[in-house]
Amino acid sequence: MGDNGFIKRAMVIGGGIAGISASIDLGNGGYEVILVEKLPSIGGRMLQLSETFPTLDCAQCTLTPKTVETGQHSHIRLLTYSEVDSVEGKAGDFKVRIRRKAAYVDWEKCTGCGLCQQKCPSTNPSEFDRGMGLGKAIYTLSPQAVPNKPVINPAHCRYFKEKKCRVCEKICPVGAIDYEQKDRFVEERVGAIITAVGFDLIPKESFGEYGYGEIPDVIDGLAFERLNSASGPTTGEIRRPSDGKIPKEVVFIQCTGSRDPERYMPYCSRVCCMYTGKHARLYKHKVHDGQAYIFYMDIRSTGKGYEEFIQQGMEEEGILYLRGRVSRIFRDGEKIIVWGVDTLIGKKVEIPADLVVLATAILPQKDSKDLANKLGIETDEYGFLTEAHRKLRPVETNVEGVYIAGCAQGPKDIADAVAHANAAASKVQGLFAKHS
Amino acid sequence: MRYALCAMRFLGFIVDYLYFPGCTLYTKAKNFDQTARDCSLLLGFELKELKNWTCCGATFPLATDNIMALLPPSRILATAREEGTALTTLCAVCFNVIKRTNRLIQEDGEKRDKINNFIEKNYQGDLQILHYLEILKKEIGFNRLKEKLKKPLVELKAAAYYGCMLLRPFEEMEFDDKEKPTLFEEFLETLGAKAIEYPYKIECCGSFQSVGSPDVATECAYKILSSAIKNGAEVMVSTCPMCTFNIDHKQSDIKQKYLDFKPIPVFYFTQLLGIAMGLDWQTLGFEQNAVDPLPLLKEKGLL
Amino acid sequence: MKIELTRQKVHNEFAKKVELISGQNLFACYQCGNCTAGCPVAFAMEIGPHEVIRYTLLGLEEEALGVNTFWLCASCLQCTSRCPKGIDIARVMDALRTVLLRKKERKDHIQIPEFPEGFLEKLPQIAFISGFRKFLS
Repeated sequence: MGDNGFIKRAMVIGGGIAGISASIDLGNGGYEVILVEKLPSIGGRMLQLSETFPTLDCAQCTLTPKTVETGQHSHIRLLTYSEVDSVEGKAGDFKVRIRRKAAYVDWEKCTGCGLCQQKCPSTNPSEFDRGMGLGKAIYTLSPQAVPNKPVINPAHCRYFKEKKCRVCEKICPVGAIDYEQKDRFVEERVGAIITAVGFDLIPKESFGEYGYGEIPDVIDGLAFERLNSASGPTTGEIRRPSDGKIPKEVVFIQCTGSRDPERYMPYCSRVCCMYTGKHARLYKHKVHDGQAYIFYMDIRSTGKGYEEFIQQGMEEEGILYLRGRVSRIFRDGEKIIVWGVDTLIGKKVEIPADLVVLATAILPQKDSKDLANKLGIETDEYGFLTEAHRKLRPVETNVEGVYIAGCAQGPKDIADAVAHANAAASKVQGLFAKHS
Repeated sequence: MRYALCAMRFLGFIVDYLYFPGCTLYTKAKNFDQTARDCSLLLGFELKELKNWTCCGATFPLATDNIMALLPPSRILATAREEGTALTTLCAVCFNVIKRTNRLIQEDGEKRDKINNFIEKNYQGDLQILHYLEILKKEIGFNRLKEKLKKPLVELKAAAYYGCMLLRPFEEMEFDDKEKPTLFEEFLETLGAKAIEYPYKIECCGSFQSVGSPDVATECAYKILSSAIKNGAEVMVSTCPMCTFNIDHKQSDIKQKYLDFKPIPVFYFTQLLGIAMGLDWQTLGFEQNAVDPLPLLKEKGLL
Repeated sequence: MKIELTRQKVHNEFAKKVELISGQNLFACYQCGNCTAGCPVAFAMEIGPHEVIRYTLLGLEEEALGVNTFWLCASCLQCTSRCPKGIDIARVMDALRTVLLRKKERKDHIQIPEFPEGFLEKLPQIAFISGFRKFLS
């Protein structure tokens, strides 16, 4: 507590790589941090990735030390499976009401043994696996979840739907299942808030010319990450969702929904050139006799080592980059026909593909405008949180004490998100230092 | 029949729709026009032909300074508006030209005044334009249509061919989803047929290229037909005399280039409607269909 | 195949005329080729619609008007419906046709006397009305 009751405790909303980085910085600086995350465990989008560009390091190997550090940090309190309900007050004294969602599992008792997940009979398309794998009604997001406590999704649970089953309750060795649990509210008072709620992707169902999401072998980039992940639905084998066969002709389409002011989003989603190049390279590493095609308009590879990474993909992996968009995709028997163009030689290109991966546009989270309203900060017309000054104040907002970090402010890659988050943490520490 | 109609009209059952046939529907596509009129009577509405009409121009003028080409459709709209509030048409091209002209008149005040001045009318763009299929779906309802069927087209695998003009530009035509339309399939399923999905149903038949570059139009038609046949179609269903010419009459051209191409009958949707509603097949104008549909219909027991 | 560009060449009369008749901004085209990729008749074109737009923008009138591209256009509007920049490419194609047909020489693209015997009789009215409007001067 500082002068005049200025509370030197921070809240970070969002437990992805940006939120985690900011929390660790603040915790190491000696300040108490409350980390609010709406999913059952922290890690965010990085949990869904297999390898990161340009080094192709394993995403979980990079992330897990950070999530563990966060979970074990003496100064960081994790409030996962929770959402911000309302915010009042000002810098130095924000009163935040947080909804702690009912997990239907008593996390105090739960030891994280995992028996309930093993025995749960209900399988449903998993949101985490982008609908390609099956998940249980009682689940943790990953084997290394922090915290390693499951939640029950009542929409998928047989007990909640039909009053049957109750296997998890029977099997739990410590009796942690509690179907009667209700959402509850807690109030926290903090001096500063960092909003790092991350991003969403435009759903592939939006694209009528690409099949409205009804062709199973047309997937988005995040789904490809799940296919490539050892913890994913195919244990890391690149297989077609429709019949499980290994695809030999894979078409990647960049700018799906981005740079498209007439029909979708006008802006560039910044990371798709890099992750598509990465996907094509990872595919070639696993399927040596397969061919990867990438339809692009430009290649935006601005980070350190990025351009070299892309060129290495062309030279060493034989990835064919075709400059042009794809007008239409449709199914023809087992193949997916792709109608594109190579504008460099001015020819229409038709590829009978086995698998098509769409690099879909990055959107803000669906509830970002709602959250921004609660915090009193602004968003742009799409819902990305607005920074105080486009060039000079990238992590501050128009409200003192409220900061933004990561993709919630705009699409960016992991390195930039971490830098952004470090900057936000630094601003918070600066704010606290002023009131000593 | 007319006496019964008068009685029904007295009881308020029959609705009139102002009807614009278009040049081709009176001659080379007379079967389309006649079957539509016969079916409409059975469904409780009448196609009341406009008193004065001319050709619509057959293409919506894409050159922004070509106001001359807007005069025929504008005149049609203006005179129709003097007779009623809704206009219907069967030909997809006429539908496109008239609806787009209507939108232009609504939105461009300068052109509207210039046109009105020239044709000496005062049309403000408030006529409702409906395609016959829209009447069937929205005003009558497919459920009611189903009740009136005498001979459902069971076991007939029909591929709906939308073509271009019904669907594009979507913002102006507002007919159905331009990438995955379903209205036509709904209609065919209502008639009892099995609607075939195939990727080329929204691709162009070549249109007027059958005049400019006939080989190119032949190629377009071949792709559409072979896609439908590959997906199991036994018949094609069309709503445009231009498309029908390209995919029905030009099958002889296709056969010259692709020797093992098997002909497939092409119907106007009102001909199939006529069969399903129990009309005498001899009144359905099959003699104007290029590929003879009788053998297939006999085989399916639909005659 | 070398061209020399100056500001007059870029803002040339030919491109301006095409922009006026079509009502489209040719500078908006970022050459993604979506139009060509989805065009049903592009397989028979010498150059795709997006290339013709490029030639026009750069003021290469002879090349732009010398190809068969816009003569093959069927005005099906598939290009227009999918252009990410909202350019009505079908209008640009029609504008190029119009520019040629309105030239002093009044040269028709199709020569009616050269049609084979019985060709016109077989056509439905809709075909030759639209055909004549697109191809005759």
